[in-house]
Amino acid sequence: MAENLIKPENLVYEKTKVLTDRVMHYCPGCGHGTAHRMLAEAIDELGLQGETIGVAPVGCSVLAYYYFDVDMTEAAHGRAPAVATGIKRVFPEKTVFTYQGDGDLAAIGTAETIHACNRGENILIVFINNGIYGMTGGQMAPTTLPGMKSSTSPRGRDVATMGNPLKITELIAQLPGTYFVTRQSVHTPGNARKTKRALKKALEYQKLNKGTCFVEIVANCPSGWKMTPVQSNKWMEENMFPFYPLGDIKVPE
Amino acid sequence: MAKKGDVVINIEKCKGCEVCLAACPHEVLALSNEVNSKGYHYTVKVNSGCTGCANCAVVCPDAVITVYREK
Repeated sequence: MAENLIKPENLVYEKTKVLTDRVMHYCPGCGHGTAHRMLAEAIDELGLQGETIGVAPVGCSVLAYYYFDVDMTEAAHGRAPAVATGIKRVFPEKTVFTYQGDGDLAAIGTAETIHACNRGENILIVFINNGIYGMTGGQMAPTTLPGMKSSTSPRGRDVATMGNPLKITELIAQLPGTYFVTRQSVHTPGNARKTKRALKKALEYQKLNKGTCFVEIVANCPSGWKMTPVQSNKWMEENMFPFYPLGDIKVPE
Repeated sequence: MAKKGDVVINIEKCKGCEVCLAACPHEVLALSNEVNSKGYHYTVKVNSGCTGCANCAVVCPDAVITVYREK
């Protein structure tokens, strides 16, 4: 067993070149890093690096343009689908995606999201749902679960006074403009690989001008949930998945 | 006999989140006693049970793991 396996011909996995070498600012164990990499690998495997334009949101992933080695722009809070609409209409041959969190997509940008999806813009929307406003300190978001504690619902979300969580992905799936709507996660190797397959499918549909593709990724927020990364992944399986079940919601016939 | 594999870990980028430890089916990885320049205990390989399945690298949020597997 003294044989050295570390040789180029034995390489089976390395960081994709669509991600830059910059150290990500995300907290240890955050799902954003894995979600970034799955999207980058999907772009890489389809050979789309030179013709992809991404739109970064406001939220934890506001600096996504530092990490993807593709053309990126930044949108005002929640307006990424509107910006992506403009880019896609000016450059219909480019692959355009937005990458948004739940505060950006399901709160501030609900109108832009719903109208872009309803118009059936040929863009990919990647939606990271961790049920909380991570960047600003773990406040309650529209996607916070009933009874879930956050810094602005310290005794848990009381539905009677704070309203119901918004299942925006199910809502989006009802719209005629959407073509492929799915919910995935990236906390285990199997789930991460499934997410990459879904993202690749969505990028391929965009090439065929099929309409809006919407991929939700249920993610953890160890800092906002006040848990270790491994605990937060377990908590997510036990609490988030019953409310936000994984799987395809709208698939092409 | 399972194939042999090996991992190379970029310890300066590792944040010690332990997600790879939970994903490894052969308990090959553990956290170091030392810290990197950012103060994180980083992942190290502690035995030769690696089969090069790449599960650790797939779940690593910071893409610090490179995986090799014998042909």
